[in-house]
Amino acid sequence: MGRLSGPLHDVAQDAGYEQPPPRMGFFTDTSVCIGCKACEVACKEWNEVPEDGYLLTGMSYDNTQALSASTWRHVAFVEKADGPALTDLGMPGVGLPGAATAGTVHEDQETASGDSAVRWLMSSDVCKHCTHAACLDVCPTGSLFRTEFGTVVVQPDICNGCGYCIPACPYGVIGKREDDGRAFKCTLCYDRLKEGQKPACAQACPTESIQFGELDVLRERADARLAELHAQGVEVAQLYGRDPEDGVGGDGAFFLLLDEPEVYGLPPDPVVTTRDLGSMWRHVGAAAAVLVGVGIASFAGKRG
Amino acid sequence: MARGGGRAEQAMVPDVEFESYYGRPILKEPVWKTPDVPLYLFLGGLGGASALLAEGAALRGLPALERTTRLVAAACAAGGTVFLIHDLGRPERFLHMLRVLKPTSPLSVGSFILAPFATLSSVAAGSQLTGLFPRLGRLAGLGAAAFGPPLATYTAALFADTAVPIWHEAHRELPFVFAGSGAAAAGGLAMVLVPMEQTGPAWRMAVVGAVAETAVVEVMERRLDMLAEPYSKGFAGRLMRSARLLTLSGVGLAVLGRRSQWWRRAAGVALVAGSVTTRFGVFEGGMESARDPKYVVVPQKARKAARESARWAERTAAPRTG
Repeated sequence: MGRLSGPLHDVAQDAGYEQPPPRMGFFTDTSVCIGCKACEVACKEWNEVPEDGYLLTGMSYDNTQALSASTWRHVAFVEKADGPALTDLGMPGVGLPGAATAGTVHEDQETASGDSAVRWLMSSDVCKHCTHAACLDVCPTGSLFRTEFGTVVVQPDICNGCGYCIPACPYGVIGKREDDGRAFKCTLCYDRLKEGQKPACAQACPTESIQFGELDVLRERADARLAELHAQGVEVAQLYGRDPEDGVGGDGAFFLLLDEPEVYGLPPDPVVTTRDLGSMWRHVGAAAAVLVGVGIASFAGKRG
Repeated sequence: MARGGGRAEQAMVPDVEFESYYGRPILKEPVWKTPDVPLYLFLGGLGGASALLAEGAALRGLPALERTTRLVAAACAAGGTVFLIHDLGRPERFLHMLRVLKPTSPLSVGSFILAPFATLSSVAAGSQLTGLFPRLGRLAGLGAAAFGPPLATYTAALFADTAVPIWHEAHRELPFVFAGSGAAAAGGLAMVLVPMEQTGPAWRMAVVGAVAETAVVEVMERRLDMLAEPYSKGFAGRLMRSARLLTLSGVGLAVLGRRSQWWRRAAGVALVAGSVTTRFGVFEGGMESARDPKYVVVPQKARKAARESARWAERTAAPRTG
């Protein structure tokens, strides 16, 4: 069964693999994401994920909306108007010298609300391949399993579409394909990993915002990148899902964010639901015992 | 950026400021169907507690009560199984539920409770109806009575073992809500169907169950605090209020009309209705809890902030002690 919560170094070994390869994962550095959505396209193409509707949402450039059974990479676009004030770079103006003061906002740059400094955040979201994965824990058929790479994968030939994994995921990643009946999510390109290849999204990413590799290496690289950004004065930069002490034991796919997690649609402090499994079963047992007690007590007394 | 929760309906608590991604849900709403799943929960409670009543009735020699509750238990098991299978995305693969037994999956454990319960309660009911193999029937009934109470309460773990805040954070109370609700339904239905001279035990089980159900729901809502909001707003709120009204009027009718067959029947109807409405209320509350990102962001941010300030306090306190 393995451990249910807390830090766990060798997740594949805990799942029963004797000599597993190193744990593989993603480090998505959103500070260099340009929002090209090549990852979304590459994922769909490689994994033959069906289309899931064409809809203009009005949510910036995001018409994908969220991760789902048929969206395994999702690029979020956040437009925030409360960014830092523009710095005067002394750029040449238009028209006569001195006609426009450098640093002030030109009329054509102004938004309807009068905001001048819009921060545009982009982030490619994906299944987190948690150390303690609730979807896998609650799956009653064994369809969801831990691979030798420490990732979490659904076996479509086993899944019976009970849907339990869907509300269990603290990130709202896994979904059900309504016309198919089964649950689907990112496999971290299990087929490609077995051939020693990069997952399709990481392969397609033009800026190396999506980095694939051994999780230990990625964590070191992320720490260095965070330190670099902090040194440059980007105080808002933070790692998300990097900490093995967090509520899910750390994510196999973690992120560098430039704002609070909820701004990107991520839960601020996710906890794997099965952390409380012992307490749940104890209370279920106690309640069943009380019911037996009530049953027995009911028969003490008059018949009518 | 979207701020605030959106759907503003009779705000009980002043709306909390929080950030989200265009107000979109963070969690995925459960894809479980209604009425399948709420009815499955109800039937599990009704059937499980009925199996208990049946064994008691057999021991104390109350043949009418025994006969009815055995049939109710078997019918619930059959109906519940149908609902459970119908809810699957791939119903033809329902036997995959029995491929493995996983204690981390309440649905897996539940399948291994439902399967023997359905078998045993059917054998007991069959023997009761036909008069064949009476000893085997009694033995099966005893088995059904053993699997009945876990069948009535495991569904609480089924809901609690998710990321849905209103369900998960109530994992201590929900099993007792469902146990009470099951007892109220089983006792209530027996009060409707069985001649009054034999419904003493059913009456006691129903009243205790109904009082427990109402009281524990109250405790649960208080402990959930802001997370309980869906139980007092919108559709789920209407269901929970109706459930309380039905259950409490059932208790009132049962106590006041103790000596009248018809009052008992009316009380039984109200208690069964209260029980089924509670299940629908809890189900719909979970849907709303998953839909609104507020119930994820606000408590999680508070938890994170508390942890960080504790860490900060520890760090600043250190030099003084050292």
